[in-house]
Amino acid sequence: MADKKTKNVFKKGAISSDFIGTSIAKHQSKTTIGAHNIFLGQVRADVIDNKTVAAIEYTAYEDMANEKFHAIREATFKKFDLTCMHIYHSLGTVKAGEICLFVFASSPKRKIVFKAIEYIVEAIKADVPVFGKEIFEDETHQWKVNK
Amino acid sequence: MTINVKYFGLIAEITTCEKERILFTKKNVSEFLELLYLKYPSLKNKDFQVAQNQELVSQDALISGHELALLPPFAGG
Repeated sequence: MADKKTKNVFKKGAISSDFIGTSIAKHQSKTTIGAHNIFLGQVRADVIDNKTVAAIEYTAYEDMANEKFHAIREATFKKFDLTCMHIYHSLGTVKAGEICLFVFASSPKRKIVFKAIEYIVEAIKADVPVFGKEIFEDETHQWKVNK
Repeated sequence: MTINVKYFGLIAEITTCEKERILFTKKNVSEFLELLYLKYPSLKNKDFQVAQNQELVSQDALISGHELALLPPFAGG
């Protein structure tokens, strides 16, 4: 059964491996599912002009972002035969190497979830007003832009 | 009318505030931006989109809502 209520997608700080593990475990009772697919976005320690990114500080236009996440959710359920899907995105500071985006799609069959995850992640990158301040080790910063 | 204007990311660094109320009598988004450029000249060269009531709008869109937001390039994920 697809849950289609508007949710708050944002979590403060990094998304822990415990949280991800628990999310997977919660699906053991949903036995029509035959395939899960997970995308994890991790903060990269990019080197720009000899300075290394130590963390990204995320902010968002939260009301609009949650509406956009909801619209992506609706469009995804319309397009793919999913049993359920979950999206979590960090707000605040996430250090290099930590997880900032967790997308989880489940379906009876594998081929659907492979396609669904790519669709969801690309839509998030393009449509959701989230902003990232890349903080370098020397505490200077620049603003990240999705390519 | 008075409009609530929200700024994010790089744009909020330039305005040095995240939101403000602006008294405004013009009709469309580009006229509103001209007014804003008088207050914050360095906004003029910056890359951003405008959302009205949480939907992206074009420069010639009429201002009808109570909330505008200036959104720099997205960086989610």
